Amino acid sequence: MPDSGGPWEGAAGRLTGLGVSQGRAAGPMIRLADPPELPAPRTVTDPGAEAATVAKALEAVAAELNRRALAAGGEAAEILEALAMIAEDPVLLEEAERLTGDGADAAHALDAAFARHREALAQLGGYLAERAADLDDLRHRAVAAALGLPMPGLPSPGHPYVLVATDLSPADTAGLGPDVLALVTEHGGPTSHTAILARARGLPAVVACEGVCGLADGTVIGVDGGTGEIAIGLTQRETAEVARTETARRDRLRTSRGPGMTADGHAVKLLLNIGSAADLAPRGAGAGAAEVGAEGLGAVEADAGGTGAEGVGLFRTEFLFLDRRHPPSFEEQVAAYAEVFDRTEHVIVRTLDAGTDKPLPFLGLPREQNPALGVRGLRVDRLLPDVLDTQLDAIAAAARQAGAEPWVMAPMVTTVGEASDFARRARAKGIAQVGVMVEVPAAALRAGRLLQEVDFLSIGTNDLAQYTFAADRQHSGLADLLDPRQPALLELIALCAEAGRRAGKPVGVCGEAAGDPLLAPLLVGLGVTSLSMAPVCVPAVREALAALTLEECRERARAALD
Amino acid sequence: MAQRTVVVASASGLHARPAKLFVQAAVKSGVPVTIRAGEKAVPAKSMLGVLSLGVVQGTEVTLEAEGPGAEEALDALAALLARDLDADEAPDA
Repeated sequence: MPDSGGPWEGAAGRLTGLGVSQGRAAGPMIRLADPPELPAPRTVTDPGAEAATVAKALEAVAAELNRRALAAGGEAAEILEALAMIAEDPVLLEEAERLTGDGADAAHALDAAFARHREALAQLGGYLAERAADLDDLRHRAVAAALGLPMPGLPSPGHPYVLVATDLSPADTAGLGPDVLALVTEHGGPTSHTAILARARGLPAVVACEGVCGLADGTVIGVDGGTGEIAIGLTQRETAEVARTETARRDRLRTSRGPGMTADGHAVKLLLNIGSAADLAPRGAGAGAAEVGAEGLGAVEADAGGTGAEGVGLFRTEFLFLDRRHPPSFEEQVAAYAEVFDRTEHVIVRTLDAGTDKPLPFLGLPREQNPALGVRGLRVDRLLPDVLDTQLDAIAAAARQAGAEPWVMAPMVTTVGEASDFARRARAKGIAQVGVMVEVPAAALRAGRLLQEVDFLSIGTNDLAQYTFAADRQHSGLADLLDPRQPALLELIALCAEAGRRAGKPVGVCGEAAGDPLLAPLLVGLGVTSLSMAPVCVPAVREALAALTLEECRERARAALD
Repeated sequence: MAQRTVVVASASGLHARPAKLFVQAAVKSGVPVTIRAGEKAVPAKSMLGVLSLGVVQGTEVTLEAEGPGAEEALDALAALLARDLDADEAPDA
């Protein structure tokens, strides 16, 4: 990488993890306090005092969350306020107080009251099961408060620091302030919450870094979010040098514009992954990676004149369908799609990607033993063909309304038969460019045959890795298997790209790998024709491609496949 | 006992922001209100209780209260549930 700085000569030691968000930072590290350990139950002599401690602990948790909500603002504030309301829930308080009446000490009463509600939410599944993790976070805070321990959560030392943690919860990251220089976690994988958040905010991040939690608070460490390297014990001169080159890199990214191409002019379309028209709106302060403040999450310009992306490579349509008992109406869909088509010329729409892995109430799908291998993506069409037909009709109508010619693709296609059936139905609605996503190895192996049925392929590397390596993409202990640099995965990508070259049809990548500046040249070297990514990733990928010739990209690909 | 039955209009059901607004309003009303969805009934002032109902858009819920102020409180809360609270002014947009 240009300007990535030299090796850290003065480092007293090194650790290696998985670099998941580009950039370098150096500074004193602070570990996120571990959840408090529950001591052995005490014999209670004054239940009234325990009940008072319970009430005070919950009040303190709510006050702390409200304080952070005020500081965070925006969407993060809403999340934190909702959490504060759980801490203030009178039912929770009554229950914990009742337990003190039965002889429990304050910490155990709180622990038990939270545990019961956690169980209840977890059993409801889906969205509510995810909230169970929030309850754990609240429980840890309340127990710490009752024990008189510092509340777990983000430190505010009053100076910039590198945040180190076993793992980070959404409640932890919602309040991330501008004083956080980088994130390093001992667990987590390339698609973990930490990784996605860090990329969205342009924060350097390393995950799956074994041993990092063993370092002492205050140790000055260097973090390379590209290579995954952690240098321990940097000198002051080195720390200043990291800051200087990182500022220069961010300045260059902020002004980066134009279509994607290699140093010798080989064009590679740089496209955006979006969930709705709102993701295309220029919001907040400057463009892209330079903003790491509280506004960082939305601080991207995604229009063609902003970061200069050349369209939308993945329009996820799920947002319209979330948490609904009935599918959105035809009219509602038309309006949402037309809003996107009006804003950008080139759009690839992905039809509904849901199923037993991402349950939607109105689908009414039965629970499965193994949802990742079950009825998901296009497979939902086997049970509910109306959903896809209505969606294709709505896309076609929105296209006519906006005078646009969107491309449309289906998720989780496995066989040539599925691809040809989807293509036939989409074309019958008047959609001219029809494609399929390649997420299943079976589809990658038959890429050439698929391209006789459809006009383009888009490779979803996250799922393709999960299915190729038989490794759950959420499993933090298997991060090495989900590393997109794995040669078996690259070979499948190469197979698809070669099939595209022979057929003269585009083959793009829209997984997390496409937005990684270290991987993007490699993918181009394999023959991929477009890269679709989160808006914040565009400038760094553009710069990475511009620094290499096509032949150099091919050399990287050959070396990686070796 | 006063009663109102209403179909939840918010796109995200009674989760997240709509749940927060509903519970805040219930607390503010000062009247003990019960919200029922199907078999399950919980106090409207309990965030955990309301979340655990798992109410999605289009679910029919029943609000119940007794005593002084019950009618007014239920009217206000029912009106809130009948609005799409997700579509209301976003916090920072």
